[in-house]
Order: sequence, then C-alpha cells, then structure tokens
Amino acid sequence: MSRHAVADAVRTQESYLDVKGRYSGLFGWIFSVDHKRIGLLYLGSVFLFFIVGIFLGLFMRLEQLTMGETLMTANMYNRLFTLHGVIMIFFFIIPGIAGTMGNFFLPIQIGAKDVFFPRLNLLSWWLYLAGAVLALFAIFSGEGMADTGWTFYVPYSVQTGTNVTLALFAAFILGFSSILTGLNFIATVHRLRAPGMTFHRMPLFIWSLYSTAWIQVLATPVVGITLLLVILERTLGIGIFNPAMGGDPILFQHLFWIYSHPAVYLMVLPGMGIVSEIIPTFCRRIIFGYKAIAWSSVGIAGVGTLVWGHHMYVSGQSSTASIVFSFLTFFVAIPTAIKVFNWVATMYKASIKVEVPFLYALAFLFHFLIGGLTGLMNAAISVDVHVHDTYFIVGHFHYTMFGGSVFALFGALYYWGPKMWGKMYHKKSAVVALVLQLIGFNMLYLTMMYMGYQGMPRRYYDHLPQFHDAHLVATVGSWFLVTGLLMMIGTLIHSIFKGEKAPQNPWGGTTLEWQVPTPPPLENFDVVPTITSGPYNHKEEAE
Amino acid sequence: MLSGASSFASLVDDAFFFILVVSIIFFVGIVATMIYFVVRYHHTRNKKVKNIEGNLTLEIVWTVIPTLLVMGMFYYGFIGYSDMRNVPDDAMKIKVTARKWSWTFTYPNGYQATALTVPQGKAIKAEIESEDVIHSFYIPAFRVKQDAVPGRDTYLWFRATEMGKFDILCTEFCGDRHAYMLSSVDVLPQEQFDRWYANTGKQEISGGADLSKTGEKLVTLKGCIACHSIDGTPRVSPTFKGLYGKTETIYTDGKERQVRVDEAYISKSIKEPAADKVKGFENIPMPQQDLSDDEIEAIIAYLKSNK
Repeated sequence: MSRHAVADAVRTQESYLDVKGRYSGLFGWIFSVDHKRIGLLYLGSVFLFFIVGIFLGLFMRLEQLTMGETLMTANMYNRLFTLHGVIMIFFFIIPGIAGTMGNFFLPIQIGAKDVFFPRLNLLSWWLYLAGAVLALFAIFSGEGMADTGWTFYVPYSVQTGTNVTLALFAAFILGFSSILTGLNFIATVHRLRAPGMTFHRMPLFIWSLYSTAWIQVLATPVVGITLLLVILERTLGIGIFNPAMGGDPILFQHLFWIYSHPAVYLMVLPGMGIVSEIIPTFCRRIIFGYKAIAWSSVGIAGVGTLVWGHHMYVSGQSSTASIVFSFLTFFVAIPTAIKVFNWVATMYKASIKVEVPFLYALAFLFHFLIGGLTGLMNAAISVDVHVHDTYFIVGHFHYTMFGGSVFALFGALYYWGPKMWGKMYHKKSAVVALVLQLIGFNMLYLTMMYMGYQGMPRRYYDHLPQFHDAHLVATVGSWFLVTGLLMMIGTLIHSIFKGEKAPQNPWGGTTLEWQVPTPPPLENFDVVPTITSGPYNHKEEAE
Repeated sequence: MLSGASSFASLVDDAFFFILVVSIIFFVGIVATMIYFVVRYHHTRNKKVKNIEGNLTLEIVWTVIPTLLVMGMFYYGFIGYSDMRNVPDDAMKIKVTARKWSWTFTYPNGYQATALTVPQGKAIKAEIESEDVIHSFYIPAFRVKQDAVPGRDTYLWFRATEMGKFDILCTEFCGDRHAYMLSSVDVLPQEQFDRWYANTGKQEISGGADLSKTGEKLVTLKGCIACHSIDGTPRVSPTFKGLYGKTETIYTDGKERQVRVDEAYISKSIKEPAADKVKGFENIPMPQQDLSDDEIEAIIAYLKSNK
C-alpha cells in the first residue's frame, strides 16, 4: 500500500460510534471494551447520579427555607444529606473525570490504541454498576438509606438501625472499580506511550491522571478495609472502633481520612489537568511552566497523603499530632499556588479566543482560588477549631470540589464533547447556563461560608433565628444554580442529538486527540504517530 | 457579626483576618491580572503570540513568597491553638456530659444543670465526656469546640470576657435531634456568680418535699426530655404526658404484647432500656441511665403527676 492509500484509509475510517462489533444495540455498549465507549458509559452513569444528587441538594436547601419542619422530617433530612454526599463523592466526582474524560482521552493523548487492560476497564464500569445497584438496594430495602453522613463515623454508624451495612458494601465495591481504573491508567502510561512520547512530552492532563491513579491504587484499599471492618463490627459485633466493645472511634477517623483526604486531591487533580489543556489551546500558545505544573501534580498527590489529620483537630487526637498535621497541610498550598500562577502566566502575550470551555476554565480559577484560599483558613488550627463542622467547611469544599473540579468537567464536556460525539453545541444557551451557574453558585456557597463563621453547624435539620436571612439567600441561590445546571445538561443533550457536525479540530488544539478524525475511529490511530516535541506547540504567527 | 466573648475570640479572629487579608490581596491580584490578560491579549488585539516556555526566576519567586506567607499563617494558628490546649492551673473544672440529645453540666460541688453558668474573667475547664455516640461541644461566641468521644476524656477551656447569654451547640452529627441539642452559657459578674453558686449547694436531687417536682428536674437533667416530650409534642420516643396508666403495645424479645404503664414497668424500662420496646419506637435505642432507686421513685412520682 502506498503512503497515499494509507492516508485515504485513515480518512475513511469508521467512527467508533458506527463500528459493528460482536453485539449491536445496548449490548454493543455494555460489553464493549473500547475505551471510548466505556468513557461514554461512565459519562451517562455519573451524570445520572449527578442529577439525582442535584435534586437531593435542592431538597435540603428547600428544607432550610423556613425554620422548623418545611418539607420533611429530621430523619429524612439526615438520610438526604448522607445520600447526597455518598452519591456526589463516590458515584459522581471520584469516577467523574478519570472514568469519563480519562478513559476517552488518556489513550488518545499518549498515542495508544486503547488502555493497557481493555477488559479490566470494562470490569471497572461493571463494578461501578454493581455498586450502584447495591446502593439502590440499600435505599429501598430494610430500614432504608443510612443516616450517618457520608463519613460513617463510629459509633453512630454501628448503632443506627438504618441500612449502613449495605451502603458501606456498595462503597467497598466502588472502591475496587476505582482501584482497577487507577491500575489500568498507570500501566497504560508506562507501557503504551507512542514512540518519542517521553514523560515530559505528555499532555498535562495525563500527568494529572497519572498522579491521581497512584492515589487510587495506594489509598483506596485503606478505606476499603476500614469499611469492611465497620461491616464486621455491625454484623459480628467485633469491637474495633466501638468503645462499648473496647474499640477506638478515633482510629476509625484516622483510617477513614487516610483515604478520604487524598481522595479530595484525587477529585481535583484531573480537573486541574483539564484546565491545563483548555488554557493553552484557547491562548493559542505554549503553556507557561510545563514542568512546574506537571511536577506540582505529583507534589500535591504526595503531600496530600500526609495531611489527613487536619480533619481531626477537635476530635481528641493529640495536640502534637494536630500541630504537625497543620504544618504539613500548608505545604499543599505551594504546588497548588504554582499551578495557578503558571496558568495565569500562560495568558501573557497570548492570542486568546474566548469560547465556552475557556470561560469554564476561568470560572474554575475564580472558584478554586476562593476554595484554596479558604483552605488556608481551615489549615490554621485555631481558626479551624472555630469553623470545623460548620457551614464554613461545607462552603469551602463545594468551592474546591464543585466550583473547581466539577466546573472543569463541565468545561471538558464543551471542549472535548465535539470530539467525543462529533457535534457542536449551541453557544448562546451554554453561556446563559454558565452565567446562571455562577450567580447561583456564589450566592449559595459564599453565604454558607459566612454563616459558618457565624457558627452555623453543618448537618443541622433546623436553624436558629439569627441564621434565617442567610439561609434564605442561600436557598434562592440554589434555584439559580439548579436552573443553570439543568440548562447546561439540556444544551449538551441537544448538542449530542441535534448539534451541527463538528470539524476535526474546532479549537485549533495541538495535542494528539485533535489529529484523529471526529469522532475517532475504533483504534484511534491507523498508524501510531512518532512524537518529536512537547504537547502545546502553537505557531507564533496566527494563520 | 458574631460577638467575640472569650479571651480566644481575638486570637482566632486575628488569625482569620490575617489570612483573609492575604487571601483577598492574592485573589484580587490574580483575578484582575487574569481579566487584564484576557482583554489585552484577546485574539482581536494580539494576533502574534510569544511562546514563553517558563521563567525560573518567576517560579522561584512564586514558590518562596507563598511558602513564607503560609508559614506565617501556620504560626498564627499554632499560637492560638497552644493557648487553647494549655489550661491555667486555677481553672474551675466543670464536667460536661453529652448524650443524645442533651447536655448536663456538673459543678465541683455536685450541682447539675442543663445550661451552663460561668463567672466572667475566670478560667473554666470543661471536662467533656459522652454517654453514647460522638458529639461536639461548641460555643461559637467563645471560638471553642471539642468533640465528646465515648470512652475517651477530652477537654477545652475558656475565659469569658463579656457578660451575656451565648449559644452552646452540638457540631458532630448525632442523629435525629442533632439540631436541637442546644444549650446556653450565661456569663455573670464574679460576685453575682458567687452568690448563685453558693445557693446551688442547697439543691437536693432526691428526697425533697415534693417528690414529683424532683422527678421533673431529673428528667430534664438526665436528658430524658430530649426524646420524650413532657407536653405531648411528638418526638422520637413516647411522650411523658399521660404516659402513666396508659396501655402500650410493646415487644419483648421480638414478641408483641400489651402492658399497662405502672411503677414496675417504668422502673424496669429505666434499668433495662433494651428489654421492652414500644411499638413504633422499636429502633430507637435508649441509653442506660445510672439512677438510684430514690431517683427512679421521684421520676415515677413525676410521671404520675403529668396527666
């Protein structure tokens, strides 16, 4: 075959969406080992849960609209915030970026035809689904959904009559899904990079996924074992954490946060990776400080494993431990700050095209700055003693996780969506949705932080009169936010089914995914490319 | 704004405002720079980009400056916290007992109350314990908080600087009535407190003239009314109003039976709360209470009177 014929073959290659495999229809998706189809399977599943989570949050806000009982009993409220937390963390954010964007783009961005273990990849999604089914079972059987909060603190979680055991087991299964994804990504990055794709030529999204993958593999087993121990404690009456049986409840908190604190970096690092892709593309220039951004991901993942005790300043752990954890916590701020400075510096002497993904990257920076800076307040021990377990914390982590990580995921949907389903979105409605989200988000969570500093505890079914006005503002904010979110989801669904056909490279991106057809063919590359330079090689002269 | 009514308030607020000011400077600076760049280097104004790969000097500057600043923040937080953990020797010790869903404060002279009364300007050490799950003892106006952990003694201390009544809240989720596990701390001038405290010695827990009045005090002190209302309001457990003499459907070892609420039944329910469970409330665990026979007698007298 001549060179010409190869090029033709590439051009006429069937999109992965049209390929007929062993099965067709639904089976063609749920039994597909194609990383792109699995990415979309994850996308559909996590967004289904996201929508449920949104409404659970909305109902909680509605309950706070008036003092006393508004919509539901205290017990129902307690189950709602538990479910909201469990869904948003375990079912949405943790698999949210790695499972969707990671699965779809990790192989393409490093010039691979698939992940290293395609079948294991499918198994990850099936485990996710099994966890989901178990969680549904936990909600609708026996005594119903757990009412412990997503943290499952012992001894409350050992004593409550609700379906804690099943909920824990669902989280346990999800943990395996997460571990397998991490393992797969590590293997893929090490074994399947295209010729010439050295570590320092990998896109920054890959660096963030790679750092995340190590957290998934190393930290998730700890929480898996911990949850299993609580199950044993509940079913067999072994006294590990329950003081009534000689156990230590603080031990549970240590084990829980040894995973769950690194997990917050596991949630936010891929978001940072997305922003590191979007910014150079729309600035049309090379990213500023590539190595600093790349290695700060590793730094965050590393330091992030040593700071869990900052969740426990008032738990009764030793004062010395609290002081050491506070000291270490501040060091997470440094690599985070480095990233932010480099992103902003990338806009210097750029040629910026303001498209929806770029607006989301800016929104990410805006929220993440607030989330990160308020994190410094939480890290300072004396301040944290006051704000611990108040709305200040709730506001803070929604700024980092939701305003940061999830807004980055939204940006990715507009950025990579055209590549994934081959269709463009309606720009105006996307912008209106973003504006609604920004207004609602800040009204809701900034108000929460204000209330928290005034002493409004979290997980309160009711509120004292002095907090009433602020609760009103927050609830109205939630209406704007939910409207914006639903409008965005509508815009995306519309783009999938009715959008205009997307060109191969709508944004002028330089990474490998923009050099394959839209949507990509089954094995991405007919000929695996040879890499000769770094990822963001924009020309200095605009065409 | 929330009042700062203890010697810690300014320590915490100063650390908070130091970080807040640094944060606002950085936030405004970064966001303004970002917006300026987006406008200045918009593709309509700047067609030719400059591919600057990085700048080592800048990387060092924006690593070192934040490092110094956060070390300052750590120090601020650390000195405030050291103060919080080092109790003055002359502190008055008050035992704080947390349970679902109420607080009991026990003074050195044995006096017990469900609200806290303290003198202004004197160090108070709260020795905190929990009877069931984890709770957290929080006084926002004093900027202090400490978990109450079953099986482990914890403490905090404070010196109230302002007179008045301030909220006490539970901040560790503990179940259905978590949001109602509230109390208050009343700060009195030293002399007024001394007079009040001298009178508390005369409080008799049991054996007083009117037994049912003693019982009424006891159900408050021991936290019973957190779950059992005294006026018929539905809460997580049967109300005390009209309970005595009523016929209830209960489960004993899983078997359903009818029982009349009499002296023997009440006494057994207090001593062995898990033995009989009232239908409709069978999943609500009642904590084991350490009550003397005299105290139980007083409570029975009270229940008889609450018709």
